[in-house]
Amino acid sequence: MIQRPIINAGILLVVFTSVSIFFVSFTQDQTKDQIRYNEEQLLIKRLGELVDGYDNKILDDKFSKNINIHGVDQEVNIYPAKSNNKTFAYLVEHTYPNGYNGNIRLLTGVGTDNTLLGVRVITHKETPGLGDKIDTRKSSWIEQFAGLSLSNPLPSQWKVKSDGGAFDSFTGATITPRAIVTASYQVLEYFSQHEIE
Amino acid sequence: MDDYIKITRNGLWNNNQALVALLGLCPLLAVTNNIVNAIALGAATTFVLVCSNVTVSIFRKQISKEVRIPIFVLLISSFVTIVELLMQSFFYDLYLILGIFVPLIVTNCAILGRAEAFASKNSWDKSAIDGLMMGVGFSVVLVILGAMREAIGNGTLFDQSSLLFGSVGESLSITLFENYQGTLLAVLPPGAFIGLGLIVALKNLIDVRTADASSLVSHNENVAANSVGSP
Repeated sequence: MIQRPIINAGILLVVFTSVSIFFVSFTQDQTKDQIRYNEEQLLIKRLGELVDGYDNKILDDKFSKNINIHGVDQEVNIYPAKSNNKTFAYLVEHTYPNGYNGNIRLLTGVGTDNTLLGVRVITHKETPGLGDKIDTRKSSWIEQFAGLSLSNPLPSQWKVKSDGGAFDSFTGATITPRAIVTASYQVLEYFSQHEIE
Repeated sequence: MDDYIKITRNGLWNNNQALVALLGLCPLLAVTNNIVNAIALGAATTFVLVCSNVTVSIFRKQISKEVRIPIFVLLISSFVTIVELLMQSFFYDLYLILGIFVPLIVTNCAILGRAEAFASKNSWDKSAIDGLMMGVGFSVVLVILGAMREAIGNGTLFDQSSLLFGSVGESLSITLFENYQGTLLAVLPPGAFIGLGLIVALKNLIDVRTADASSLVSHNENVAANSVGSP
């Protein structure tokens, strides 16, 4: 024989859970279109910083691919930018695993002529005040990658200055800029050696 | 009326959740890099506190003692989820910055603490005031700490206000020192601990001073009373 208070407590829990679920799912239902819209707008804004003049629905044309890059197997999202149905650039979302504090998620734009359209950091865990200068909100350092290619600068120069290369690093932070330089170079290398579609 | 004043005073000063109870330190220390983050998290926390306090106090007679904690947690987490969804749809940029700390409002012990210690024993109007004042008291500490860390760490105040207030916010941003290199310590977690410690110390100092002053006053009154009484 189960005691009465236990049954009452059970009923109470069921009632509260049901009502809570109702309110949460109602809110979710009301906000989901707006949230989806916000996410898409952010992505379009990010893509737009690297490429313009495309006339395709770039989010709908997105495809995913399993590739080995930066020494790890990963699934990357690729957004082809097309003009008159001809792809002239790819924007690729990829993860570089060797930042100062682990993964750096990047969006890199590469033209079909294998020049960089630019690089942007999507998420990172680099040290605030030191490594976070790779973020466009903190400094314009990362904008220097636009227009570079495997021959400009020469492959031996694709390093930070303290390693004998062409890129400035930040005071007190060498590992983070080194990571971005290496990641960008490896993307260029990958695109020059592989068919993308 | 006296009750309300007492509740307000408790929330803002005497039992300030951040300075006296020292609850909710995880979000307090993590998001107070700048004022805008602090305001946003403070507002979200206050909203959840008021909602959970009111709901708990309305149903306090129905909620049996044995299952009250699971029900409180359920209510709080529902409100937090709702806040998170609303923030994602209306303040998306801000949501991206605050990230994990919005869902983590659930783990702010101050909210469960007020539900258990106050709302489950008091009427809904008192609980609402209590939630509001506890929330405001907590937010004020967040904002002071955020201002200290932003000013020392970055040399700015209200940076990125546009995330919270739209285009109006851009004019709010103040640069205190031009070409300021920043003080890393203030931005990193140790800076948050040191800053909070200083604020707690300041509050205690003020409490000690006012206690001294009032005992001095009552002492003087006693002396005066005695001298009048004696010939």
